[in-house]
Amino acid sequence: MVNAAYVVVALPLLGFATNLVFGRRLKEPLAGWVGTMAAVGSFVAALITWVTMLGKPADQRVANLNIFTWVPVAGLHVNAGLWVDPLSLTMILFVTGVSSAIHLYSIGYMHRDPGFDRFFVYLNLFLFSMLVLVLADNFLFSFLGWEGVGFCSYGLIGFWFQRETAAVAAKKAFVTNRVGDVGFLIAMFLIFDHFGSLNYRNVLGTLVGGHPVGLMAGAPGAIPGSTATAITMLLFLGAVGKSAQIPLYIWLVDAMEGPTPISALIHAATMVTAGVYLMSRVAPLLHYAHATSWVIASVGTGSAFLAATIAATQDDIKKCLAYSTVSQLGYMFMAVGAGDYADGLFHMMTHAFFKALLFLAAGAVIHAMADNQDMKKMGGLARFMPLTTICFVAGWLAISGIVPFAGFWSKDAVLDSVWQMNKVLWAIGAFTAGLTAYYMSRQVALVFMGKARWSEARPEPVGAAVSGHGASVHSGGDHEVSEPGLPAPSHAGTPHDAPWTMSLPLVLLAIASLLGGGINFSAFGHFDYLSRFLSPIFPYATAITLSSGTKWALSLVTLALCLGGLGLGLRTWRSAEHPALEPVFLRRAWFWDAVVSATVSGPLRAGADALAFVVDGRLVDGFVNGVAGTLALSGRVVRKLQTGYLRTYAIGIGAGLIAFLAYITFRVGS
Amino acid sequence: MGWAIDVIILLPLGAALALVTLPRAGSASLSRPLALGVAAIEFAFAIWVAVAFKTGNAHAGFQFTTRQSWFGPLGISWYVGVDGISLFLVAVTALLFPIAMASPPVRNSPRAFYGWMLLLESACMATFLSLDAFLFFIAFEVTLVPGYFLIVGGEGPRRAYAATKFFLFTFAGSAFLFVGIIFTYLLVQGHEPHGTVDSFNIVALARGTVNLPVTDQDLLLVAFGIAFAVKMPLVPFHTWMPDAYSEAPTGVSMVLAGVLFKLGAYGILRWGIFLFPLAAVQLAPLALTLGVIGVIWGSVVAAMQKDLKRLVAYGSLAGVGFIVVGLFGFTSQGITGGILEMVNHTLVTGALFLLVGMVWERRRTYAFSQLGGLQRATPILGWVFMVVILADLGLPGLNGFIGEFLVLIGTFITHRWWAVVATSGAVLGAVYLLWAYQRVFHGPAQAVNATLKDMTWAERVAVAPLLAAIIFIGVYPQPVLSRMEPAVDHLVAHIEAADPGFKIPAKARGHGTFVVPKDQVVAVLGASGPAPGGAGSLKTASAKRGAK
Repeated sequence: MVNAAYVVVALPLLGFATNLVFGRRLKEPLAGWVGTMAAVGSFVAALITWVTMLGKPADQRVANLNIFTWVPVAGLHVNAGLWVDPLSLTMILFVTGVSSAIHLYSIGYMHRDPGFDRFFVYLNLFLFSMLVLVLADNFLFSFLGWEGVGFCSYGLIGFWFQRETAAVAAKKAFVTNRVGDVGFLIAMFLIFDHFGSLNYRNVLGTLVGGHPVGLMAGAPGAIPGSTATAITMLLFLGAVGKSAQIPLYIWLVDAMEGPTPISALIHAATMVTAGVYLMSRVAPLLHYAHATSWVIASVGTGSAFLAATIAATQDDIKKCLAYSTVSQLGYMFMAVGAGDYADGLFHMMTHAFFKALLFLAAGAVIHAMADNQDMKKMGGLARFMPLTTICFVAGWLAISGIVPFAGFWSKDAVLDSVWQMNKVLWAIGAFTAGLTAYYMSRQVALVFMGKARWSEARPEPVGAAVSGHGASVHSGGDHEVSEPGLPAPSHAGTPHDAPWTMSLPLVLLAIASLLGGGINFSAFGHFDYLSRFLSPIFPYATAITLSSGTKWALSLVTLALCLGGLGLGLRTWRSAEHPALEPVFLRRAWFWDAVVSATVSGPLRAGADALAFVVDGRLVDGFVNGVAGTLALSGRVVRKLQTGYLRTYAIGIGAGLIAFLAYITFRVGS
Repeated sequence: MGWAIDVIILLPLGAALALVTLPRAGSASLSRPLALGVAAIEFAFAIWVAVAFKTGNAHAGFQFTTRQSWFGPLGISWYVGVDGISLFLVAVTALLFPIAMASPPVRNSPRAFYGWMLLLESACMATFLSLDAFLFFIAFEVTLVPGYFLIVGGEGPRRAYAATKFFLFTFAGSAFLFVGIIFTYLLVQGHEPHGTVDSFNIVALARGTVNLPVTDQDLLLVAFGIAFAVKMPLVPFHTWMPDAYSEAPTGVSMVLAGVLFKLGAYGILRWGIFLFPLAAVQLAPLALTLGVIGVIWGSVVAAMQKDLKRLVAYGSLAGVGFIVVGLFGFTSQGITGGILEMVNHTLVTGALFLLVGMVWERRRTYAFSQLGGLQRATPILGWVFMVVILADLGLPGLNGFIGEFLVLIGTFITHRWWAVVATSGAVLGAVYLLWAYQRVFHGPAQAVNATLKDMTWAERVAVAPLLAAIIFIGVYPQPVLSRMEPAVDHLVAHIEAADPGFKIPAKARGHGTFVVPKDQVVAVLGASGPAPGGAGSLKTASAKRGAK
């Protein structure tokens, strides 16, 4: 039943097509249920595929399913084909799983939005693209998914397109991603130039050839280190764009202009992890490119630290989580750089659970707060929203790395392998773990504890919430409220928990955040299911050779840092006013976004303007017009032509042809 | 079956003549149905040819050929036919014309408008299909006249200026083509030991040009190149283009940008690279540089425009840049991608001008400052516009990506750094297109923009075929690529044979053999032993080159 993998991809496509054509007529909530059923069906199909694969011996869990030949030109032969192996299985399981939960949540969240059906069109197209990205059997087909998720992200960030900030943020996200995509494209050119193919099997298989457990094993081959470095560095540029790492992370925060379920699904749980998937996929290439591994680990560490410092100073509940996502993605890249791909993917999964949970719970909070996102104007919500609070707390403890929540296990595993690679990177990573606990506790304290500050904030018009983030001018409410003829989402009275379609996903994700670590207890010998499942696909993964004593010591140190951060955050932020802890350069994200914006709208724009209107308009055009003038073709003659004497020229062409014929006749005759 | 090609060229010409002879009184009501009917029949023929076209390596040469001696003593003949290179250009031309004609004339009388359009279609078809240099030149020149009168029929205040500029620019370029063709003919005659009866025949010319001294080849290619570069247009020969496109009425902009544009790109491949492969390899760095400049220049200048129509016009400049980058990579992928980009460009730019026209119909302005927030009132127009824009910026799954990717990956193999720089077009394209979309469709809708009417059914029917082709080629390009490839592979082999110092890796050249295209008339080069212009003369050419 490996063929179920076809269904995994086909169902979301079908849901997309159905809603695209009939969505307007299906209306709310039917369009939502169509989309949700497609996602759930896809999840079931993924489970069937997975169980089928588990039935096989570990070194035969691979299948290549061809759909059709996509781009065949001479030596380039690219199929639209699926590659089912432990890596892609892991990805599709958690992508469809988390996605199903978020589809369900969206039915409640998008209630009464005029773009309800459009939302699910995008959502299913996104799921389809994401599945193609991870299931494709070659780089180019993966790139189709890669760009597809980028486009859906564009469409969903700009979902409330009437808001100028949303439109700008959408464009910024797409363009920033495209900068990374140039790296991906050129990497593909190099791969084709070197290997003569873009298929994963032909490219990566030659590199793991002869290895006893390599699933792709083909004929043994090798690659010069410089080529491998160039290819992987270029691919990493693509990953940096998609996964929002330094220096291309700037789009992710603005992406919070989109509806909250999108922030959860695309900008936290799935799409932004595509970069981590890609680098794990090309692990055999990374084996030949040590420089790239170092760059990946360093960029990951830097992003983790930098984004955590920024997250600690944000007032907007979603922006805080967005920077947190950048930071957590940094951890995943640390693992990839250290050669510990399985634990990178482990952290990717646990992060998907708890970050989706946090975002969805934040969405419930935003709903209850009549679309206010400023945490300084919240407080004391625990009493009014008990279920949401419990779920948020589960997410908080998980991301803070508190035992026994999922985040503890995965973050610990990542830090272990980083310790083995380099102690300085480990130290930054461990400190960042403490910082993470601090900013998340700050968030919990501001939102759920202390005094209820929202009652005085209520009378203010929606959207007036002032965020401390300077680069993007304004962060309005989450919902489109300028829609005339529709009642603004009103939540008169006290805040309360959300309806069941929104609560059920919260509860499921909360359970996953609590127990999710169980898929890979690498600390306890034989319970490392995920690592063992993935090991055939990573024959070159760096073995962790730390003694269990070292591991325990490292865990205790990290845990102590996390608990410290946790306590500090809770204690400090029970009252909301501590401006000294929020320096401007952190609130404004180290000014990087401001520098980029200033460059783009300053010198770059001036240069483009000069090219367009001075060089092109005056110089080039002026030159040719001048030439025409000196040839006396302008002036009177041109004016004559303008009044309709072109006939003369038509005759001219005729006369010229006759002269030409006469000349040739003469030549031939002589 | 050759008559199908004759019909494709002559049917619109005959219809145009018939329109002229119609009595003035009845012409107003009759001309539109007649013209659209003829264009539809034309399209049916083009589709039939595309379907019946034989694929596979054995059919790399011209198909559906007819040949009729026309001006015997000079060896000028009515020699037409189609191969994988021209096949889809003919098909999309036949697709675009009826759609363009469906949009109403502005200042021209219906009779004049449809008459000129039909004449233009005939001339474009003849340009793509003629295999005789003389016939090609006539067809290429004839496009100017209807082009001029159609631009003058526009609504803009500067339309006369624009039309004149268009005419003078391309006419000046044609002078070079004229000289180039004469000299090619004379020089080939001079070097041909046996003389020949059909020396304007493309295959005969190609057989002869490889014997010419290398400097002659270079100069001739430059002469041809200038004419085609103006027509395409390549930076810095482009300044007639934004004026002409933005002043012309919608339907005319569609065919100007969608079809006339391609005559130059097609010309440089068919008559430039094919006749002078050695010179093409030598001059490739120059051509590639101009192409890359076009990609960047076009995108950057487009981004800064304050007017939607001029933005689309400058955007075409970037598209042409990509085409040139692909053609001068001399690999199967690059050239196939270049031809596919020509096809794509016809579809996408045609569709864009059509949609821009729809915006004009509703709002009577192209200025970004007056537009904004249109998506609210016109969601379907917004969706369609988005799909076309995505095709233009190269989103995988739509046609633009396939062409762009093939261009870049093909040229990367032989001319790496040009391809790398051109790849930046992926970012620049996204910038100017998405910004344009944002300024037209996103944001709050001003008073008038909030109450516009969405696409009518007639408009949906007009744009649907273009949209279908855009998606089909993006998802399943194989039928298109497999028809193009044999001809392209042979062309690549021809180029490689012309310059022994230029090696193309096997993965980038397919299964072509060292011949000028197989043809039922002309002997295969090298295969027929003592044939003039065989391997021996190739050596002389390269020896001369070495001595230089």
